[in-house]
Amino acid sequence: MSQKQEEENPSEETGEEKQDKQEKEGILPERAEEAKLKAKYPSLGQKPGGSDFLMKRLQKGQKYFDSGDYNMAKAKMKNKQLPSAGPDKNLVTGDHIPTPQDLPQRKSSLVTSKLAGGQVE
Amino acid sequence: MFLCVFFPGAGGGNDIQWCFSQVKGAVDDDVAEADIISTVEFNHSGELLATGDKGGRVVIFQQEQENKIQSHSRGEYNVYSTFQSHEPEFDYLKSLEIEEKINKIRWLPQKNAAQFLLSTNDKTIKLWKISERDKRPEGYNLKEEDGRYRDPTTVTTLRVPVFRPMDLMVEASPRRIFANAHTYHINSISINSDYETYLSADDLRINLWHLEITDRSFNIVDIKPANMEELTEVITAAEFHPNSCNTFVYSSSKGTIRLCDMRASALCDRHSKLFEEPEDPSNRSFFSEIISSISDVKFSHSGRYMMTRDYLSVKIWDLNMENRPVETYQVHEYLRSKLCSLYENDCIFDKFECCWNGSDSVVMTGSYNNFFRMFDRNTKRDITLEASRENNKPRTVLKPRKVCASGKRKKDEISVDSLDFNKKILHTAWHPKENIIAVATTNNLYIFQDKVN
Repeated sequence: MSQKQEEENPSEETGEEKQDKQEKEGILPERAEEAKLKAKYPSLGQKPGGSDFLMKRLQKGQKYFDSGDYNMAKAKMKNKQLPSAGPDKNLVTGDHIPTPQDLPQRKSSLVTSKLAGGQVE
Repeated sequence: MFLCVFFPGAGGGNDIQWCFSQVKGAVDDDVAEADIISTVEFNHSGELLATGDKGGRVVIFQQEQENKIQSHSRGEYNVYSTFQSHEPEFDYLKSLEIEEKINKIRWLPQKNAAQFLLSTNDKTIKLWKISERDKRPEGYNLKEEDGRYRDPTTVTTLRVPVFRPMDLMVEASPRRIFANAHTYHINSISINSDYETYLSADDLRINLWHLEITDRSFNIVDIKPANMEELTEVITAAEFHPNSCNTFVYSSSKGTIRLCDMRASALCDRHSKLFEEPEDPSNRSFFSEIISSISDVKFSHSGRYMMTRDYLSVKIWDLNMENRPVETYQVHEYLRSKLCSLYENDCIFDKFECCWNGSDSVVMTGSYNNFFRMFDRNTKRDITLEASRENNKPRTVLKPRKVCASGKRKKDEISVDSLDFNKKILHTAWHPKENIIAVATTNNLYIFQDKVN
């Protein structure tokens, strides 16, 4: 359905039932979602969606390895596991020391693409 | 989405009835990372269809010549050539891993017997020549047929080698490597209508290249701030105008599009036109900027319009009007009330592409659950279809799909909560002349055609 200028939210009959009056006091679905997010991550976003994402995007692919840090961390935690990478929404800093176990296998694909093999249906 | 889309069996008027044609790729659900399709592109005639994947490989399919006897379908696409375009690299100086994933493929128009395409990963663009060999010289004097050298003392007569037919061999060779010009990650390449130059765009800069020259490129856009703390937006896509060789556009993460004229100055940091739809500040939320980020921009074939894709919609802009789009199509508005979880699982950052049909009358884009959407600009009708192996009998018409946002789910509808957000269609392509479309799911390529009676 093409829209001309304003966006319409015609069919939102979800929990946020105030769609009809969205221009006035209704809680927009987006705002309700924002509230949910802030409830889960209170420290999130003083800046709405701005620099954090961009910096993360620009830094994609950056891998840091400091052998000094690594060896000291290993020495400190003789009997414990080294901290492993977990899901991290923020920049790659902090306590995580990359270890060889964390780094993904990097080798080029010597195998032919499956798109090029197999049955043609 | 409340509209009803039902196409009667006979398909009245201009309604296209889409049928499954082919599917390529592995059936199993366990997808190797390397097999994830990252780009799909038809060449200018539509005879060739190229795909790139995360493993750095390119596969090219060729449409077989139509079988005149069996005129119920157009030629099928079969593998023509496949090669490893890019390899993984590690930049030791910057401690940077460079993925081999093919971000974009763009075809050059055909000038001679060979085909040429540009393929790019995050850092390096390559010009590939794909050529056919269907004859080989035989009858050398000093070599046997298997390549071993003959003892010259045994040669008593001379003969002239002749070309004899051989099985078709398609060879791909890299003819140019355009490297070391991008500090950030390349998201777009676009060939100029002069067919001599092309642009490459990364997050902060756009460079202009000559296809013959690899050791030099001109920087034509630079939005890197002096102080990186001041960074507020990045370049998300760029494209040359299809007819005006001096004009290109680039889109941003803030939902704006800038049109630049290379005649105005060498460095096009000041746009000629700025396309931006004003936003009602009272509607603003944490998500507003993220979902306004433009993931793709494509000129119409006519060059009069351009289309942009942001997270929830497709917008058509008239190049003569900067202050708002002329058409807006909602792709999956029902996701607006799911933005919190889509942010948590990173889906909100998915970059969907969009494409025009050959006559600029219909536009297409992908969605989740292996759904894809088409919007007819003339009739204002739209349709949701699914790329699935369940419908894989050739010439069976695809059944339209419908997502139920909430409330009572009708039979055959799918509720928003049942959608599979891991099944995303990011890349689609439309044949430049016919109603043939290529739709990439995570690791499979589907080809659909309109029903030919």
